Formats: sequence, C-alpha cells, structure tokens
Amino acid sequence: MTAVQIDAKGLHYTPLNQKIRAAVANGAHEIVIDHVLGQRFIGDGLRGDGVTITVNGVPGGDLGMFMSGPTIVVNGNAEHAPGNTMDSGTIVIHGSAGDAVAHSMRGGRVFVRDNIGYRGGIHMKQYMEKRPILVVGGAARAFLGEYMAGGLLVVLGVSGDPPITERGLGSGIHGGEIFVRGSVDEMYLGVGARQVAATDAEKKMIEPVIRDFARRFGIDAEPLLASGYTRIIPASARPFANKYTWE
Amino acid sequence: MSIGSVPFKFKVSVDPERCMVCGRCIENCSYGVFSKENERIKVNSRNCVACHRCLAFCPRDAIDITEKPTDYRSHPVWTRDVREAIFNQARTGKIILAGMGNAHPYPIIFDQLVLDACQVTNPSIDPLREPMEMRTYIGKKPASLALREHPNGDVELLTKLTPNLQIETPIMIGHMSYGAISLNAQTAIAKAASHIGTFMGTGEGGLHESLYPYQKHMIVQVASGRFGVDINYLERGAAIEIKIGQGAKPGIGGHLPGEKVCADVSCTRMIPEGSDAISPAPHHDIYSIEDLKQLVHSLKEATEWKKPVFVKIAAVHNVAAIAAGIARSSADAVVVDGFRGGTGAAPRVFRDHVGIPIEAAIASVDAKLRQQRIRNEVSLIASGGIRESADIAKAIALGADAVYIGTSALVAMGCRVCGTCYRGQCAWGIATQKPELTQRLDPETASVQVANLIHAWTDELAELMGAAGINSIESLRGNRDRLRGYMLDESLMQVLDVKSVGA
Repeated sequence: MTAVQIDAKGLHYTPLNQKIRAAVANGAHEIVIDHVLGQRFIGDGLRGDGVTITVNGVPGGDLGMFMSGPTIVVNGNAEHAPGNTMDSGTIVIHGSAGDAVAHSMRGGRVFVRDNIGYRGGIHMKQYMEKRPILVVGGAARAFLGEYMAGGLLVVLGVSGDPPITERGLGSGIHGGEIFVRGSVDEMYLGVGARQVAATDAEKKMIEPVIRDFARRFGIDAEPLLASGYTRIIPASARPFANKYTWE
Repeated sequence: MSIGSVPFKFKVSVDPERCMVCGRCIENCSYGVFSKENERIKVNSRNCVACHRCLAFCPRDAIDITEKPTDYRSHPVWTRDVREAIFNQARTGKIILAGMGNAHPYPIIFDQLVLDACQVTNPSIDPLREPMEMRTYIGKKPASLALREHPNGDVELLTKLTPNLQIETPIMIGHMSYGAISLNAQTAIAKAASHIGTFMGTGEGGLHESLYPYQKHMIVQVASGRFGVDINYLERGAAIEIKIGQGAKPGIGGHLPGEKVCADVSCTRMIPEGSDAISPAPHHDIYSIEDLKQLVHSLKEATEWKKPVFVKIAAVHNVAAIAAGIARSSADAVVVDGFRGGTGAAPRVFRDHVGIPIEAAIASVDAKLRQQRIRNEVSLIASGGIRESADIAKAIALGADAVYIGTSALVAMGCRVCGTCYRGQCAWGIATQKPELTQRLDPETASVQVANLIHAWTDELAELMGAAGINSIESLRGNRDRLRGYMLDESLMQVLDVKSVGA
C-alpha cells in the first residue's frame, strides 16, 4: 500500500490525524486528503520520511506542527502558523498563509507561493546541520523574522510589488538571516536589525533555495536570480547583553 | 566617579589564631575573595556574596562573615537597598538584574495562618498506626461516572477517563532548566523524584539524554522560546507543561546569557553554542485565551491525547479569571506561581514588585473554579515560596492539589540563597555550567538530600493531618475550616475564605 485517499468532509482533526498516522504506519508514501475545510493540526507531530501528504482545500492552524520528516503540499491557502516548531520535512502552500508562519521552526522548508501574515518566521532557530528555510513568493506583513535566532528567510515579491512595506522587520533578530528581493526602506527595520546588500557569493548561496521554490510552483527562476537582494542580519548576536547591571 | 565606593555587602574575616593556611577557602571560593600572601590568607571582602562555601569547607572554623558591617545613616524611607540601587543605576543606566525570589519584606500570609488539631470531641489519627493516604492524582476528574452493571454483578465504567499523574506525595519539584542549573543538579533532582515517586519539571531547556532513564518522572516544558522542543521530547515526558509566566518575573520573558550556553546546553536546547537563548515575553502563537486552547490541543494532538497538559501562570491580579479560562482550554492542571517564586535571574523591579502572594492566588482560583463548577476539570498546583511542610498543608487547605518546590530543593543540595545565580559562578555547582564548579556537586549525594527533604516533609504533613483527624490529602484539599487567620485583615480573610483565630 503506497497511496491512500482520505475524505476529510465533516471529519474532526483527531480522527483525520488518526487516519493519516495509520496510513503512514501501514507504509503509505502518498496520502491525498480531499475536502479539507479548516481542520487544524494536520500532520501534528507526524514522523515519516518519504511521505507526501496532499491537502486539497484549506487546512486550519498549526499545519505540520512539530512535524518530523513528511512533505505536505496544500492546494489552497493555509491558516495561521503552518510549520510551527517543525523539526524537519517540507510544507508547500499553493496560496497564502496567515500569521506566525514557521513560528519557532527548527528544520525543514516551508514554501508559500503568495503572501503571509504578521510575524512570519518568528523565533526560527538553527542548530548544527538543522537550518530551517522559509521562502515567501509574495509579500510579508509586519514583524517578519522577529526574534529570529537562526535559519534562512527569503521574501521574493514575485508579482513585482514590494515584498516589505511594514515595520518591525527582524526586530530582536540575533541569529540567521533574511533575504528580501530588491531594496528595503530603512524605516521598516526593527530594533536590533541592520541591512546590507547581498553579495554575489551570498546570492549564490541562496540560489539553490530559489530554484527549489521556483520549481515547486512552476515559475521561472531566472528573473528572481538576476535581481538584487537586501540581506537583513542581526546588529548583535547579544541584543540584551548591555541591558542589565548586577544587583 | 563622584559616587565613590559604597560599603561592603559582607565582611569576611579569618581568625589568624585558628587558620592553618591550608588554602581550602582559596580553592572553594569562585568569587575570588581569598588569596595567599606571605603565608597568610588575604581577604577581599568586596567580592563576597555570602554563599558560605568557604565557611562550609574550612576545617578549622576560622572564617566569619558579617552582613552589612558598615551602617548608613538609618532612614525608614531611604533604606540602604534603595540608595544602593540608585548608586548602581546612576553609574550604569541599566536595569538591575537580581537572583532568587522576592526580597521585599512583605508580610508572609502563610505565617499568619494557623492549623487546627483535634482535642476531645473528635480523635486525632496516629499515622504510625493508621494508613494515611498521601498519594494523589493530578489531572482532570470526570464530573460524573456512567456505569453499566452486568448480570454477573460486574460493573463496567463507561466514562472515558483522561490521563492523570499519580504522585505518592503532594510535593513535586518545579521547573529549573538545564542551563539555569547544572546537569548534576538536574540529575540529583531526577533521581530523587524517581525514588520518591513524584515528578520534576525540565524547565525550558530541553531534556539532556543522560536524564532519559528518569523521563517517566519528568514534566517537559514548552515555553515561548520553544528550546529543545520536538516530538521526541514531547513524547518522553510524563506530562507537558506550557509555561506562560513565572512568579519571579510575571509578564516578561527570559534570557539565558550566551556564557551559560556551553556545548552540552547548546545541544539540549538545540541552539548554537555561546548564543543568547531568548524566550520572548509572550508565546507568539498565543495572543488570546482561544490561542492557548489551540496550543493545548496541538500538544495533545501531537502526543495522541496520552499526556496531561499543564499550564503555568504567574499569580497576578486577575489570576482567578485567567485560571478559569485555562480550565476551559482542556488543560489538565493549572500551576500558579506566586510572587515569591525563585529564579536564576530577574529584573529586581519585577522580582520585588510584580505579582501577588501564592496564598491569596490559590484561594481565589480554587473559589472561582468551584463557583463555575469546573474545579474537577483541572488540578491546581501551588508554587512560589514553599519553605516548609506547614506551607504545604496550608496551601492544600486553601485549595491546592499539590505543590511545586524549587528553591528548597536547591537548599537541600547546599544552596545558601546568596541570590547571585545569574553570574554563573555558583560555588556549590548548582547554578553554573563551569565544569570545575559543577563537578563539586555529586548527583548521588545531592539526590539523597533532596529525597530526604521530601520524605521528611511528607512525614510532617502526615503528622499534621493526623493531628487534625484527616487521613487523606483529598480530605485536606480546600478544607479551609482547618485554617484560622491570625492578625489578618478582614478583606484578606474573605479572599482566603478563612475565619479569624478564636472564631
């Protein structure tokens, strides 16, 4: 058994996840879930390398939370916090997503074709070989990459509209890096963040990520690769080091 | 510098008659108080924090430490503490960082509550002779039971029970992370908790692999930084605790300074070595009580509804209404941490001025949950400033199911409450990650001491209960009639729902 079809119509998330877990336990590699309508926690805590779950519809919040290994492809928009505290695996969203996308994500990749809400990539972190990646095709709202402690965040503005037009970009960032296609108005930078133009070597570094993104959504990578990028990095790895004196 | 020097906090003296210049004080002091000069011990009192490590290891009792040897002009408003804080901030322009719990001399409500005992009209119970039920269960209890009787006389329970933690004593050990305390200290606590049959919290620092053998006695914490949290960690714990707030610093997050993030801490927290571990003030996926419910559900869903989920909050003004909201989030226990709760590091202004005492918080949370008929939906765990077994008896009589201890477990390992945990120089090897210091704490010995303390307190609790004619923790819980207020004002007695002594 490698392919499993699940009809989620009228199904609560717990029995839905039980069906998914059972399918994975039985060796399914392809799981297609139809008629998804707001069910939260799809793939929550799910393990399974080499498993692909296709979600047809609009999943509820915390899609793929604590997930370790599987790939989830959403044919639709996603609610808030897809990839929340995700450990590894991939989430591909053919649409937009809500607030706190990739919250505290520690590994794997989240690709959002269109736009995301507030606090995208907040407190993403990395450790050794685990480096989470969030790529947003459209634009991101305020506080993108807030408290970011590691990982890579790329915002592309594919449609040509500016990807960042709100404040708090990278506020409190103390690790990791954010690449924004084009330029970023200094007024949008959060406290503790600074911007530099991405060098050719740095662009080279993110090239495979952009190609992966473009391939998944069937768009042309070349114009994206030809553009200039702004790199948002921490002004200090110790943003709070000088705030305190001892009693 | 126009302020100049301020007086020593402590004055260290070495009695030359008794000192044999063995140098143990030099070896033991991690703050650099002692040195040897011309075959004599030289003292730099300014470095002393009064951790008593030198004194404890001086073979000749030659060391003496005096607090505040120099007087300021006394003044009831402009105390020494406020003047010194001003000097400090005038020099630095920074927030004052302090350690341990609330150091402000507020009256302690526990000390103004007295317990009851039987005389004549009802007999007391002798715990040596009679069974005392010290075991209790943490988690949801069903509001009613549905039963079906079979023709053969068997009774089948139809109600689906939710997972509970069984504790052999109402004393658990609260969350102190690996990072805030050393691995040896955590190991000692883990061994003690396993031995006693109770539980300990991991804190927000992940679970070190050497502690996996004790995971059945661990409550794994999920806090705003989500350090060390993955599905394996969640599945290892006996229960999961969402930390919203902490009594020592309600409303703010935490920063573990990079100096404390050594290779091993970095591995357990899953962050790079030497980087600051910053826990934001709120969880950024919880901006409302509905969001909290979502996090509780996400943790239960991830662990297939097999683990109780606790929510810990600091005791603040509206704690009762907040706890009632938590009880409806499908959480299994609410931990309320009073304003005397300990910490490795907190801004002094928060430690001393934000939050309310645990006694009032527990009483009002218990009352609110009973009013709303949802007391059975959650267990109530009291923490923050539990110093002795009498405090536990009083906390349970005010409505708690169990308590968390923290500082007292550290004191059982040698901590002298010097309050400088944030410096990472703990001479007792407890609140430090420096190998030369952590090796001073033998987890075996320390675990026996912690287990001894819990054992002794449990025995005392059984005696107190027996004297009051109570033979189970369940019967003590919320039993306010066994408390009386001594010199408490009427409004506070109303909150606590206790009568005055003599009434």
